[in-house]
Amino acid sequence: MHRTGELSGQFQTLQQQKESATLGMWIFLSTEILFFGGLFLTYTINRHTYADVFSFSSRTILLKWGAINTVVLIGSSLTMAMSVWSAQVGKKKLVTLFLIATLVLGAVFLGIKGIEYHDKFVEHHVPGLSFDMYYCTNNPGACDLSPADLAKEKVELDELTKKMGGETAVNANSQLFFSLYFGMTGLHALHMIIGAGLLLWLIKQSISGRFTTQYNTPVENVGLYWHFVDIVWIYLFPLLYLIDRH
Amino acid sequence: MSEHIVSPKLYLLIFAVLMILTFTTVEAAKVDLNAYFASLNVIVALVIATCKAILVILFFMHAYYSSKRTKLIVFAGFFWLAIMLSLTLGDYGSRSWDAH
Repeated sequence: MHRTGELSGQFQTLQQQKESATLGMWIFLSTEILFFGGLFLTYTINRHTYADVFSFSSRTILLKWGAINTVVLIGSSLTMAMSVWSAQVGKKKLVTLFLIATLVLGAVFLGIKGIEYHDKFVEHHVPGLSFDMYYCTNNPGACDLSPADLAKEKVELDELTKKMGGETAVNANSQLFFSLYFGMTGLHALHMIIGAGLLLWLIKQSISGRFTTQYNTPVENVGLYWHFVDIVWIYLFPLLYLIDRH
Repeated sequence: MSEHIVSPKLYLLIFAVLMILTFTTVEAAKVDLNAYFASLNVIVALVIATCKAILVILFFMHAYYSSKRTKLIVFAGFFWLAIMLSLTLGDYGSRSWDAH
């Protein structure tokens, strides 16, 4: 498999050689499935235990950013698949173009994530010493909420406080939601950054025309990684953003 | 190479279906489905997400076109996840002495 797609000695056919690369990537992805799976499991158990708090906390993250990011990321999977296709049919310039498109969409995703994290920081929803679910309602004008939204949030928060038996309980349990929010989306974002690095590596090689109809395995395998990261987000989005929007 | 080359048209079609499913899941979250059946909102959300994941795996990741050997490895990863989820949730679910 040395860097040109020629048949290496340990393989009988080129097809076998190619398939072994795919198998290797999928075995790695199995470890990733279990890695993220553990976090999803933790999330599931905690959401079941603290359903009301999770529901309320989820509504403090803006649906529009999550929805836009979902479209952006699925779009980047499309451009990644198109990059593989371009290599398969020998359109070398298109390979580079679609890889760059994937990278740009990935960067948009991360940029929007940055906006969301910033909002959470401003609203005192980052787990830690200054975490306070009551910050926005106690300091009108400090958070970027319309007066109507702020009033609605205050009503819900008061109900929740009564149900949970006090502000301490609400803060303790909503910190759980936000710990999971930052943990899961943070791990996902880390994977996207690694993916971006891989894409840069591919772009550099594609510019020198390395990917041909005979040899495009690196593009395919980075594609598998990228699609997997997309699938993780496909589950993250409904679980974190769509708990209760009615 | 004897690999099957998936056409851009199919990729665009799959992308369109994924967009429709994304729109559906957002709209479904705005309706109180839990009134009809307990936990229906999250069930619907997970079913839609799984449909999206299956489409990405089969067509974007080419699993539909791969050998039985590769398909088995793909399945194995999710099977192991199923073991972890079912056993752990079974543990928590069967604890009557704890609020789960």
